[in-house]
Amino acid sequence: MIELQNLCKQFPQKDGKMFNAVDQVNLHVPKGKTCVLLGPSGCGKTTTLKMINRLIEPSSGKVFINGMDSSGVDRVTLRRQFGYVIQQVGLFPNMTIEENITIVPRMLGWDKKKCRERARSLMAMVALDADRFLKRYPHEMSGGQQQRIGVIRALAADAPVLLMDEPFGAVDPINREQIQDEFLLMQQQLGKTVLLVSHDIDEAIKLGDMVAVFRQGRIVQCASADEILARPADEFVASFVGQDRSLKRLLLVQAGQVAAMQKTQTATLSSTVAVAFAEMDDSELLHLTVVDANGLPLGFIKRRDAKSGKGTCKDYLQAIAVTSLEGDNLRVVLSRLYEHNLTWMPVVDGDGRYCGEVSQEYITGYLNADHSAS
Amino acid sequence: MHKRTLFTNTAIGAALLVGALIMVGYGFGPAVLRHYRGDLIYLGLRHGYLVAVSMGLALAVGLPCGVVLSRPSQRRSAEYWMRIFTIGNTVPPMAVLALAMVLVGIGDTPAIIALFLASLLPIVRNVYAGLTGLPPLLLDTADAMGMSARQRLWRVELPNALPVILSGVRIALAINVGTAPLAFLIGASSYGELIFPGIYLNNNVTLLLGAIATAFLALTLDQLVAGIGRLMSPSGIA
Ligand SMILES: Nc1ncnc2c1ncn2[C@@H]1O[C@H](COP(=O)(O)OP(=O)(O)OP(=O)(O)O)[C@@H](O)[C@H]1O
Ligand SMILES: [Mg+2]
Repeated sequence: MIELQNLCKQFPQKDGKMFNAVDQVNLHVPKGKTCVLLGPSGCGKTTTLKMINRLIEPSSGKVFINGMDSSGVDRVTLRRQFGYVIQQVGLFPNMTIEENITIVPRMLGWDKKKCRERARSLMAMVALDADRFLKRYPHEMSGGQQQRIGVIRALAADAPVLLMDEPFGAVDPINREQIQDEFLLMQQQLGKTVLLVSHDIDEAIKLGDMVAVFRQGRIVQCASADEILARPADEFVASFVGQDRSLKRLLLVQAGQVAAMQKTQTATLSSTVAVAFAEMDDSELLHLTVVDANGLPLGFIKRRDAKSGKGTCKDYLQAIAVTSLEGDNLRVVLSRLYEHNLTWMPVVDGDGRYCGEVSQEYITGYLNADHSAS
Repeated sequence: MHKRTLFTNTAIGAALLVGALIMVGYGFGPAVLRHYRGDLIYLGLRHGYLVAVSMGLALAVGLPCGVVLSRPSQRRSAEYWMRIFTIGNTVPPMAVLALAMVLVGIGDTPAIIALFLASLLPIVRNVYAGLTGLPPLLLDTADAMGMSARQRLWRVELPNALPVILSGVRIALAINVGTAPLAFLIGASSYGELIFPGIYLNNNVTLLLGAIATAFLALTLDQLVAGIGRLMSPSGIA
């Protein structure tokens, strides 16, 4: 969908020498994928993004959009194919929030009603009160609120490609999580091709199908987030993604995915201990979760108790301190395990039914095994 | 914004008060005003006519000129043109009047030409400065949204440059109204018709009456333009 070939940009410096802001960048982002451009300040991320819609003309190299060389396309036509989020937000101070959001749709000649509805639904998406803000002006909003308007302005006309320059940088962590979730949801539904600039590795992990790590105008590694965390190409990438990169890999796995790989083994309150023990013995388990008729976890029994015990599971039931949801990532699960001093915890689905478990043992194994190769 | 109206209102009030005090000091009151009422109205209309026509022309020429000069393709020649305009503006209005008279004779036409030239520069200069002084981020954003050059000009550049443009128009207007009395010297009617004979004949009453009426006209028109500007400018621009 978007392909950069040997893209270069040189800026003249004060001393007359040329400075390579972007140097031989090659990148291919397939349709429907999100690529995060990650790197420290000044490494050429914005310049790269701006060359894609020709806000900056490349010094050399080419940009292909759907196989078409962008240098042959009229700039206005070219830019209408992109939704662009500007790093410095850049709302028009002379327009109301509603006018800002609907600027592109209005240029495309959408009727008033459609524009208004679009603005309202987009405001809801980023958790802003439409009634309160649509008729206001940008200077009446906080920086984080303005940034969210900048993001939805880029979405308004439903352009097939989104170029987003640090779209969530000024938003507070709680709202950022929520907007990122909304973004992922939207991405699942609409499948846009996205190039997103960030210098936050967590954001890259969360949003990126692929991550291109920049250093001084060059891409030093372009791979999936897990690959980058598991096998950083060099010292620079390793230090940029952080010393705790192993733990960060856990962000990429959800408890539900772990549970889905397991055979669901449970007992009921009325099961005899002997049956439960046989089950544990077969699968080499140290415990077995006891569920009710609807599959909701009631507690668990220990292998040690079951081995010598007589009677039903009810007699040996141990309480479950805490469970995790399918959607929780392993880092959250691990944190909870430590918090409650546990070695494992059950995973439940949206209705509270037991669907598997995550253990510290599993997590350690996951981080040691070479998953990223598969 | 509220503060500004308060300030200008106070200024106008003060000017009127001073005017009234001076008038009382020279010993004329309602009787004098009644005596000159016909003159004041007639000359006011003549004065207003000169101002309206010359300002209209200056706007009609100055606004597009400023816009054209601010276009990126003209940037190089723009500086050159602006210099010519600036030099042109250093020629005193008296000299311009005299020149205009030499070229087209006496009457309204040379007066209008001279007033037009005097008002042109502030307008062109402020349109140019307003448009070229916009934050690059704003223009970048407009481009990123896929605006054509024309859309960018009308939807983003002009609205955001409006405060600067407007202040240019107000400066031009003040110069224009203040210069118009000189038109008396080349045979066009204006409040100059009260002022100059007042000077020659040492008639302080008519002199002051003309001067105050001119000042009053200038303030009123300035307020009018400011009001129009407030209506036009979106409240997003402080
Ligand atoms: N117009 C310009 N003229 C000269 N140098 C420039 C220009 N624009 C950018 N640069 C330089 O190019 C380099 C890359 O800039 P760029 O804006 O792409 O960085 P970035 O990766 O987006 O950084 P940040 O995360 O801080 O936004 C910087 O060193 C910058 O100083
Ligand atoms: Mg940047």
